[in-house]
Formats: sequence, structure tokens, C-alpha cells
Amino acid sequence: MPTELLKNPYVHGAVYGVVIVTVLMTITAWSIWFERKFAGRMQSRVGPTLVGPFGLLQPLADAVKLLQKEDIVPASADRALFNLAPPLTVLFALGTAAVIPFSPEVIAADLDVGVLWVLAMGGLTVFPVWIAGWASNNKYALLGGMRSVAQGISYEIPLVLAALVPVTLAGSMSISDIVRYQEKNGWVVGMPPGPGILAFLIFFLASLAEANRIPFDIPEAESELIAGVTTEYTGMKFGLFYLAEYLHTLIVAAVGAALFFGGWAGPFGLGSGLHWMVGKTLLLFFGVFWVRWTFLRFRADQLMSLCWKYLVPAGLVLVMLSAFWVHYKAGTRG
Amino acid sequence: MELSVDPPPEKPAKKPAAKAGPAWLIPGAVAPIERADPYLDIEDYDPEADLMVLNLGPQHPSTHGVFRVKLYLDGEIIVKAVPFAGYLHRGVEKLCEKLAFTQITPIVDKNDYVSPMMNEQAINLAFEALLGAEVPRRARYLRTLVAELQRIGSHLLWLGTFALDLGGALGGGSTVFLHCFRERELILDLFEALTGCRFHYNTHTVGGNRHDIPEGWASLVKQALAVIESRLPEYEELMTDNSIFVKRTRGVGVVDGELCLELGITGPMARAAGVDYDMRRDAPYHAYDEVEVRVQTETAGDCQARTLVRIREISESIRIVRALIDGVPEGPICGHKPIKIVLQERSAGGQAYAALESPRGELGTWVIGGGVNKGTSPYRLKIRPPSLHAAACLPYVLPGHSVSDAIVILGSVDPIMGEVDR
Repeated sequence: MPTELLKNPYVHGAVYGVVIVTVLMTITAWSIWFERKFAGRMQSRVGPTLVGPFGLLQPLADAVKLLQKEDIVPASADRALFNLAPPLTVLFALGTAAVIPFSPEVIAADLDVGVLWVLAMGGLTVFPVWIAGWASNNKYALLGGMRSVAQGISYEIPLVLAALVPVTLAGSMSISDIVRYQEKNGWVVGMPPGPGILAFLIFFLASLAEANRIPFDIPEAESELIAGVTTEYTGMKFGLFYLAEYLHTLIVAAVGAALFFGGWAGPFGLGSGLHWMVGKTLLLFFGVFWVRWTFLRFRADQLMSLCWKYLVPAGLVLVMLSAFWVHYKAGTRG
Repeated sequence: MELSVDPPPEKPAKKPAAKAGPAWLIPGAVAPIERADPYLDIEDYDPEADLMVLNLGPQHPSTHGVFRVKLYLDGEIIVKAVPFAGYLHRGVEKLCEKLAFTQITPIVDKNDYVSPMMNEQAINLAFEALLGAEVPRRARYLRTLVAELQRIGSHLLWLGTFALDLGGALGGGSTVFLHCFRERELILDLFEALTGCRFHYNTHTVGGNRHDIPEGWASLVKQALAVIESRLPEYEELMTDNSIFVKRTRGVGVVDGELCLELGITGPMARAAGVDYDMRRDAPYHAYDEVEVRVQTETAGDCQARTLVRIREISESIRIVRALIDGVPEGPICGHKPIKIVLQERSAGGQAYAALESPRGELGTWVIGGGVNKGTSPYRLKIRPPSLHAAACLPYVLPGHSVSDAIVILGSVDPIMGEVDR
């Protein structure tokens, strides 16, 4: 019996895992098409038009092109590590997706410490980037890797602090529980004493930095470091880095939607369902594109000062505020 | 042919630049700052420090051509910078010694490939001074017009590439870049209507111009200028009002006025440092003595000041073109005979220097007449490129900045390698 079988957590995880990964990959591929179209509109161009209707098959053409490219490993590179880094980036980006609840059923693994898992996986993405920077044996890649480690470690802290706000409010580290709490009590982003929206902003900025997106893309800063850690990579290995960057951004958008925008819960009592979660995720994803094609890039030291002087203290205050809020509500209830 | 060569002047006890300097500097201009020694012997630097040598260029997306700077890095901070030029050397000056005066114009077009009109004008000004050719008033007006239009186009391209340096080829920077190119396209369209070519025009010649103003060109110019003027606020929003832009450029790469005068830096870079000098006003050529030129200056001398000066110069050029476009006098556009044979211009000897204000500064040409083929070629020709002098500031300015700042400074200096190396 398929329905009976699905109740087994292993089967459930395997089936939904495959489905979620496939859907995410597909969305990622076509988000690249969408981003190029959007960037084109923004820059008074038309974007891709030649492959398929409206250039819709452009991602396939890109992938085929990347697969055809010669695979070059620099003679002085550390071959094993050099080859290890690109698949690792994709692995860690996809690992995060396991605990994201797209609806009460559509979730690969409903961990009790889902938030912790997301943050841990996000933190691990620093490693393949640093491995790539070191193993390439290229000065630009090394500088990029160095910047990436500094940035990843620094921005992990405001990210954790911002994610702690919904955790504190909901009293659970399971993302599904946090969404259920929001279904009952309203979205975290609109929570009364105001930490909700600020916490979301910190989360958004920190996750932009984690995903190496403009204005925080200093590890790959094309104009300074040529391509940063990916300088020496060719063909599909480069493509994997590219894919991981988009996957990471998409998943971060999904986590943001679940933690701060009520996940599958619809607004104004419009019911709930998978479509709300997907819609919110894509909207946030779109926001990231918008930021990318509008802003210039920070300098490495300015990035650090933004993190340590503003985001971390603000995050600490917000966590405290939300703790007081929970305490106050518990007091009024009984 | 005889050349009188002066003996090298004896070195004065004190630098004359320091005395001559303040006369050009406007009040409030940035004071000379203490700089690291540009000729630092790297062996003398802290032996504990683990220095890394980074070759920025010649193949690097942000060096604006094939320019190479050897950076000694302590962490990400530059300790010493050694620029290398010459990767784009084509021997233009030597080539000119074999070509007739009338053949040289299209060759020098390619020197400063962002503003070809300026190269043609600079070289022909020198030839006209050497050959004693009179330029008709209509041609002088036309030259002023295309010079100002070219200045707009060149500054727009600079603004776009500077945004690329700041924001990356795959981000906000490229948005500014493509918007700037959209407007620059209008300028190229105007030149195409005038000369038939979009980029390398070959429209100037000894004694005047080769292409007269076509019917209806004035209204085309006015339309294009109206569009560009209406879109200038967009750039201000994207660039100068942008807090990230201000953070990246304010106080970065300060070049003070004294350093400018010492290194011979002219143009927007010097004006941003408070050097109130513009050849259009101070040594008028073409028709600049008949129109008011408001020289745009800033006092800070940093990357932000250079941006502001260039953006304001775009508006100023628009104003100058508008002031001239309706009053173009009637008459011939060339004082000499139209070119029938290439060897028609001859000089017995003598020398001449002429310069003009290109978008990058003083673009001068020094020419000695009486070369091969009975004097139809220059005996020797020397071009004074403003970019070379501007790029000379790099060893002074870069130490103490990070690699990210180095790219921004390099972009704000606006060196055109075709012109630096010739």
C-alpha cells in the first residue's frame, strides 16, 4: 500500500527528498533564465531570446555548453581537493533543503532541531569555498577564499541571532512547529514589539552574505579578483559552483519564508497550502535578484564593520526583546 | 635640417612646482598628505611580514586594457605598487615619421580609443601650427561641437566602466554600465550622421574638416542632448546618491594638487584636486574664446570628487553645445585644398607644439617638420598623452589601500592604454 508505505519515515524521507531536490533543481535552472530576463529588462536589454520561446530553454543550452568545455586542472593545483570542492558546495546547499517544510506533509525530514540543521549546513558551505581557494594554488583564488572564510564566519553570528527570534517566540527549533505557531498567532515578521521585521532584515542581509550575493559577493568579486575562488575552474565544475550559489539563495529564501512569513499559512485567513510557501519563497528569491542588479559592492573591511558594529548588537537586542515578549505573554496568560 | 638642442637646465635648489603650484590651486584644495615612499626598497620592509606579490594584469578584467601593476601585499594592504606600461605599444610615433601629414589622422584615431575625435584634433592643431594653415571659422565651430560631444561620450563610458569596477560585471555595476552605453550610443549616432563612421572618423584634416554638417543635424543634436540631460539624474541616483558608492569612494585614493602639478596630471583628475586649470578657458583653441567655459572643480581629490567633476562636465558640455549649435557660421569647412594627393602638404622644417583639453587632460602634440619625401612627413612627432601622466600617480597613491580600493583608484584615474603606450 503506497499510503501505508509513506508513513514509514525512511520511505517518506526518500520519496519527498527526491521530489524536493528535483523541483528545487528545476526552479534553480529556470531562475537563472528568469534572472537574466529580469536583468535584461532592468538594463534596457531583452535578455535571452534565441533558445526556445522567450529563450526558455537557455538553461539547457548553458548546461550543454558547460558540459562540452575542456576540464582543466592547473598543474600546480592540489588535484584531489580541487575536484572535491565543487560537488561539496552543491551537497551542502542541498542538505539544507531536507528540513524545509513546504506543507505539513511535503518535508523530507521533520527534525526537532531543524533550525540548527539549517544553520549548520549554511555554516559548512564555507568549507568547499575555502578548499577551492586553497587547492587552486592561485593568488586570486586564495584571496577570495580568505575573504570567504572571514565573511562566512562573521555573518554566521547575526544569522543565528536573527533565526533565534522566531525560535524564541515559537518555543521550538523545529521549522514545522514554528510555522504552525505562526498559523495560530500571525507571522513573525509582523510580531508586535517590532523585532519581527528587523530580525527578518538581519536574516536577509546575513543570508545574502552567506550566499555570496551582491552587495556582499566579495569572495568572487569579478572586478577585483577576476572570479575569486572559481578563477581556475572550468566547465561543469564552474557550473556546479554557479548552481550551488543559486540553490543556496533559493533555499535561504525558503527558510526565510518559513521562519518569518508563516510558511504554508496564507495571509488574511485565506487558508493554507503548498502554493503559499512556494509563492513566498519565489517572491523573496526575486527580492534577492532585485538587490543584486541594483547595488554596488562593499569592501571587505566595510563588510566586517557592518556585521560586527551593527548587525550583531542589533541581533542581540532583538533576541532579548523577543525573550521579554514571550515572558510577558506567558505572564498575562496565567 | 638643423635642430638646436638646448643643454639640460641646471637643477634648481628648490622644486619650482612648489612655488608655481599654489597659483593654480583653488582655496580649500586638499593639502599634500604624507605618503609611503613609492620607491621603497622591498628588502627594507619589515622582514617579519610575509609579503605576497600579486600581478594585477596585464590580463585582468579591471585594468582597462593591458596594464600591469605589480603589487606587494601585506595581507590585503598594498605596501608597494610598481606600474608597467608598454603592453600596447604600437610604435605610432615612429610610424608617423613615414606617413604624409594627411595620412596620419586615421592612425592617431586609435590612440585614445575612447575619444578618437580628440586625437585627430590634437594632431591637426599641431600640423596647422607647423604648416601655418588657417582654419575657417565654421570648421572651428564644428570642431568645438564634436569635441564637446566626444567629451560627453567619453565621460559616459568612463562612468559605466567605473561602475563596473565598483559593482562587478554581474551586478549593479553592469546596470549603470549599460545605461551609460545606451546614452553614449546617441552620441555615436550623431557622429555617424556627420562623418559616416561610428568610431574612427578621419574627419579632421590640415586646415579644417572633411565632412560638412548635414541637413537637420542641429535638431538631432538637440534631441540627443535632451535625452542625455533627462537621464543624468538617474546616474546620480545610482552612483553619487548611493550610500555604498559614497562609502567606497570618499577619501579613497587622494591625489593632492601639488602631486598633480609635480607629475603633470591635468584634466578632471587635477580639477578634482583643486587645480583650477582647463585649456578650454586658459589657452583657448577652436572656438572656445567665443563661448563661456565654466571649469568644474572639486577640492577633495578623492575618487568621489573625480566622479562628481566628470558628471558635472557632462552637463557643462551639454550647455556648451547648446550655446554653439544654433550659431554655426556659414562658409567653407577647410582652408586648404581638399585632399587629392596625400603628399600635398609640405613643410621645410621648424617645430610646433599644440595641445587641447581632451576628456583626460592636456593632449599635446609636438612635431618637427621636414621629414622624408621632401618634407611631406614630420621629421619627428611626439604625443603627450594625459593618461600616462595620470597613471604615474599610482605608485604614490596605492600604498596603504586594499586590493579592492586599488581597482577603484585605477578606474577613477581613467587611463586609456592605447594612449599611454601609443
